[in-house]
Amino acid sequence: MKRIENKGTPRSHAVVWEQDISSYEDIILARQKVKSLMQGMGFSLLAQTRVITAVSELARNIVIHAGGGGKMSVSEASRTDKRSGLKCIFEDSGPGIEDIEKAMQAGFSTSNSLGLGLGGAKKLCNEFQIESVSGKGTSITIIEWLP
Amino acid sequence: MGEVTILKIGKNVIVPIQTELHDHAARKLQMDILNRIEKTGAEGLIIDVSSVSIIDSFLGRLLVETAKMAKLMGTETVLSGMKKEVVLTLIHLGLTMKNLRTALNIEDALILLESLKGKIHEKKEYRRPCGGGGAEYPSYKY
Repeated sequence: MKRIENKGTPRSHAVVWEQDISSYEDIILARQKVKSLMQGMGFSLLAQTRVITAVSELARNIVIHAGGGGKMSVSEASRTDKRSGLKCIFEDSGPGIEDIEKAMQAGFSTSNSLGLGLGGAKKLCNEFQIESVSGKGTSITIIEWLP
Repeated sequence: MGEVTILKIGKNVIVPIQTELHDHAARKLQMDILNRIEKTGAEGLIIDVSSVSIIDSFLGRLLVETAKMAKLMGTETVLSGMKKEVVLTLIHLGLTMKNLRTALNIEDALILLESLKGKIHEKKEYRRPCGGGGAEYPSYKY
């Protein structure tokens, strides 16, 4: 049982893919790239589908909400228990999210969408971290671990 | 990002989505489908997503919307061929796609459309209060 407590924090790795996200085509590119990286790492098709859907939601958030666009960077992650994974960071310098808790709720939207994107993305990945400063931008990190 | 082919076979319009659609392309496809229904007066619409590797909240909503729009034009819609990974992800995401009729593949979708038409005609002709026919698809409600 000790092992579970001893998972440790993710170590940082070199970025393996980085791209700007400012148009709808960029969302497709991000999806395709993450998919091929995950395939290469040996993730299951289900894990790929889940994470790529999350990537799609988060990238779309940048296109819709962060006027000037933002970027996605992908790197490998590993833990002290030797499990490795894939980490995607979405950063933008848009208006930021005023009330993160509210934004994470299903059904909340400021853009006439379903409001499932942010909360959905959290449910679709192993780890989800969001930081946002009003007026400065938002940074969201997702990690999926290999089984 | 190629164009999506829209086929008219018999009285149905069949749309096999073979490419990853970005948002504008998906909106355009929705418009193209409605145009085609209007032009051909199709009775049924089948959207086949067996080649689609992900359905996110945007595409999911668009598909549900398209079915509603087709319904307003008098056309029944069946979504066919959702992969199990896609289905699992949709449920995780919280997108239930209520009120959207689905089938395992195009063939089943055609059978479902046939039975729906049968029901509609039957209702028009006999005005039966309940039951009668179409027992294969009891989940269908008016």
